[in-house]
Amino acid sequence: MIREKKIWDLPLKILGYIVLILVALAMVIPFIWMVSTSLKPSGTEFAYPPQIFPTSFNLENYQNLFTTVPFGRYFLNTVIVTFFTVVGQIIICSMAAYAFARLRFIGRDIIFVLYLATMMIPFQIILIPLFLIVFGLGWVNTYQGLIIPGISSVFGIFLLRQAFMSVPSDYQDAARIDGANEFVIYWRIFLPLNGPALATLGVFAFMGTWTDLLWPLLIAREQNMRTLELGLAYFNSSLSAFQQTNWPLVMAAAVVVMLPVLLVYIFAQRYFVEGISLSGVK
Amino acid sequence: MASTTHLSPKSKKNLWQKFWSSTNERMGYLFILPSFAHIVLFLFIPLGFSLFLSFTDWRGTNIYNAPWVGLDNYDFMLGDRRFWNAMKNSAYYTLLSVPLGMAISLGVAVVMNQKLRGTYFFRTLFFMPVISSWVAVSVIWITILDPQAGILNYLLSSVGLPTFNWLGEPATAMPSIVIIAIWKGLGFQMIIWLAGLQAVPQVLYEAASIDGASGWAKFRHVTLPLLAPTSFFLFVTGVIGSFQVFSPVYVITNGGPRGATDVAVHRIYLRAFEGFDMGYASAQAWVLFAIIFALTVLQFWVRRRSGEETLF
Repeated sequence: MIREKKIWDLPLKILGYIVLILVALAMVIPFIWMVSTSLKPSGTEFAYPPQIFPTSFNLENYQNLFTTVPFGRYFLNTVIVTFFTVVGQIIICSMAAYAFARLRFIGRDIIFVLYLATMMIPFQIILIPLFLIVFGLGWVNTYQGLIIPGISSVFGIFLLRQAFMSVPSDYQDAARIDGANEFVIYWRIFLPLNGPALATLGVFAFMGTWTDLLWPLLIAREQNMRTLELGLAYFNSSLSAFQQTNWPLVMAAAVVVMLPVLLVYIFAQRYFVEGISLSGVK
Repeated sequence: MASTTHLSPKSKKNLWQKFWSSTNERMGYLFILPSFAHIVLFLFIPLGFSLFLSFTDWRGTNIYNAPWVGLDNYDFMLGDRRFWNAMKNSAYYTLLSVPLGMAISLGVAVVMNQKLRGTYFFRTLFFMPVISSWVAVSVIWITILDPQAGILNYLLSSVGLPTFNWLGEPATAMPSIVIIAIWKGLGFQMIIWLAGLQAVPQVLYEAASIDGASGWAKFRHVTLPLLAPTSFFLFVTGVIGSFQVFSPVYVITNGGPRGATDVAVHRIYLRAFEGFDMGYASAQAWVLFAIIFALTVLQFWVRRRSGEETLF
């Protein structure tokens, strides 16, 4: 048996690398295409055969981008909104997840099913009434209007509940015998033990908020409250309104919008991936 | 026990006190309070409001005298061919994207789980589309799928494969959207699969090896059953998400060509924000919700009936 394993080891490894490289190419080529298009002088983007790798290094599109739109302000708005949404989701979702996974109280399962049922609600159903509520609160064109409606997520509660349920109940029982109350168990045992799951939620909350379009479109009425994604969308539509779409310029805008996300991800990934690997060793 | 049967007129208060002083009850409600308040204010109240709208003919002017029309909106929907075309398109999108996306990402996750060198690097690359915005991804793919100058047709023709007018033909437009959605979601699903794969205790594989199980047998009889919670999670959230797909359709095809990618939420959006037919759009949204809800209940029912041994 050991012999058999050794024979298959190398071919399987090679096959694995072939799969990974092919998938990686499929994932990366569109982004290389985006960058190289953004570096082309406008009007040359549809040359044939297509140039996947940049042949020119023309920064004119980027200069045009920064002179026409206040991207610094958009960036700041996006950072503020995303930060408070992520922190809020991690705290609120983990509290609810702990209750649903590990506390017994009357109506728990019914309430959880009720929560789950809300995941099936298309956001568009509540869009108009939600806007009217936020309008009634006087939150249009404010940070709280952009942040508070997204500060809790049933998806996050579901995700964390699954993780919390896999924590052996011995830990909880032992802590209870030692006299720890539920809040201490939650804060000192369940949160540290579920770092990977919390990181997963944090990354998803970050991505969802950073790239959200529909809600900022309704709430950020003035230019000073716009987010990056909204800036890109407005920039795009304002261009195509009176001329043919200038793809190199749009691609340059897309690069500027995506670059911070990519950088944050590359740095945050360490914790994210390490957490997932650690949970595998446990 | 005895004390509860002797209760005096004060019993109500005592029961309440008993209920509230129970640590479990109090802590349970305390822990879910923030999320519950949020869900009531930003979900249940708007939801009830939109249900009310679905029985009216409100067209976005004065909300205080929205004309009540009873079930007229729902009645009209039964014969609305555009609406049922959109529902059919959503079902088609779901049937293509959920199983394909799950299978491909599981395959990649299994390879990633082999502890090859460089998986860290590959993981970074695979996650790039996930973190990208739909607007950015859409503009990239519009140019990639361009029939004349796009790189996809160029690559296909350079290896002798047939080329397509991807977004211009009804037959290929929806598969194109599915390809883009799978491309964008692969990293997300793979991370979830990987977390599931890494939670499988190594001891079980060792035990299976001692029993003489082959690699495939181990995957089929150890890995897959233990991945059941993961695959159930991905399947349930995948179906729900697919029936709500909107952004790529809105940005890339706007429902075309000839209604081939006009999915349910896009149809609702058009009715509400371009036709300003808020009442009818709300009714459509409620029917969509009922269909998604029925599908989800069905999945939970199938899972319960088939037990833990199956893939779901």
